[in-house]
Amino acid sequence: MQYLAPLTLDDAVDALRTAAGKARVMAGGTDLIVRAAVAGLPTVLLDLKQVPELMALQQHADGSFTVGAAVCGADIYMHPQLRRAWPGVTEAMDLIGSAQIQNRASLGGNLCNASPAADSVPALIAARARCRVIGPLGEREIQIEDVIIAPGKTCLRADEIVVSFLLPARPANSADAYLRMTPRTEMDIAVAGAAASLVLDEQGLVEHCHVALGAVSPVPLLAVSAVKVLSGTRLEEEIMSRFRRQISAACRPIDDKRGTAEYRTDVAAVLAARAVQIAYDRANQQRIDG
Amino acid sequence: MKQHVQTVINGEATEFLCRPQDTLLMVLRDTLQLTGSKEGCGSGDCGACSVMFGGRLVCSCLVLAVEAQGKQIETIEGMAQAGQLHPLQQAFLSHGALQCGICTPGLLMAAKALLDKNPSPTETEVRYWIAGNLCRCTGYDKIVRAIMAAAHQLRSGLNEAAVETRPVETEV
Repeated sequence: MQYLAPLTLDDAVDALRTAAGKARVMAGGTDLIVRAAVAGLPTVLLDLKQVPELMALQQHADGSFTVGAAVCGADIYMHPQLRRAWPGVTEAMDLIGSAQIQNRASLGGNLCNASPAADSVPALIAARARCRVIGPLGEREIQIEDVIIAPGKTCLRADEIVVSFLLPARPANSADAYLRMTPRTEMDIAVAGAAASLVLDEQGLVEHCHVALGAVSPVPLLAVSAVKVLSGTRLEEEIMSRFRRQISAACRPIDDKRGTAEYRTDVAAVLAARAVQIAYDRANQQRIDG
Repeated sequence: MKQHVQTVINGEATEFLCRPQDTLLMVLRDTLQLTGSKEGCGSGDCGACSVMFGGRLVCSCLVLAVEAQGKQIETIEGMAQAGQLHPLQQAFLSHGALQCGICTPGLLMAAKALLDKNPSPTETEVRYWIAGNLCRCTGYDKIVRAIMAAAHQLRSGLNEAAVETRPVETEV
């Protein structure tokens, strides 16, 4: 195996063009190093942690954020503005692994590892985040829900790199939340996860809401139709029971030792409803505080 | 082909040769004979190989040795200074916070990283922080008490008293 640690994005793209198909890119390596020990080493390993664009975390004048694909979880969680604007995204990332893992694991790695149970992915999907992807043919931006196409597979070409994530500017009275169910409190993989991001109007009615689910289908899922029932409401109980039924109907989980399909379907609806409620309460608090 | 890596380990300039696929843990243990860091799982779940890497707590089994180029590394071997145990090490001894000892170096490194960052953690914060360090012997209670006691000692500036070594037998 050849180890390369390019210092610029151009060098990283060049290296990947030359080695396409035989190279793996690494951010924190918390999944990749474990997998390489089992599945064998790539011919070339491209460590992207010295490329400035992948390590930058910045808020723009309009309130949007760019988060480098290799910025580690600890740095994401410790960023006060990002945490205030996107509590759900930052909490979702923070749920991944231990303090040790948080010092290495990244959003880019979590996405490109393409696990159905990746915690940060539903939060990014609900946030309507996009990722900036670069390769020898140029750049493109992809909605997060379009990246993972099957367990362990992304839509990226072998010579493309996720550079960064773009989190849009937040309107007034908006918030997000992420919840997951794990058998253990820490250091475990979600049996189901749910993220919600919503905007309230001046009266406290839901203007729009996005909900995404993890670990209940082959790829993280944007629950497009289930959220329609929430628009124009204050999440009244009968609305929420319809919402829960529709979330369950959207689930296509596996049945395994970590959770039966029935359990995952059930718990996803509960988590989604609670995540929507937490996001609502956060946004409503902003509205009340003015 | 082996790569030449220059690094600083426990304050000492250190260089080594490694294969690109070698983990930092392999090099620490097998090349540099710093065998205090343990391999438990090799997959980042148990924390027995915890070290400070560029000022951050990591599992050295999930870091490639080539990544250490130009980095500062601290291992358990650097925790005791001038032959005197760190207050955390002393607290682990006096609280009986270990049995087989395999998890101990990693737990000490993790606990030190916590106290360096947060000198007065709550018990809940301690328990969450050490979630990435598995101990199959103690049930964690004595470990948590030892960390809380060491934190208290460090805050009260009782370092002098803390480093007075006492025989372990008297604590049984």
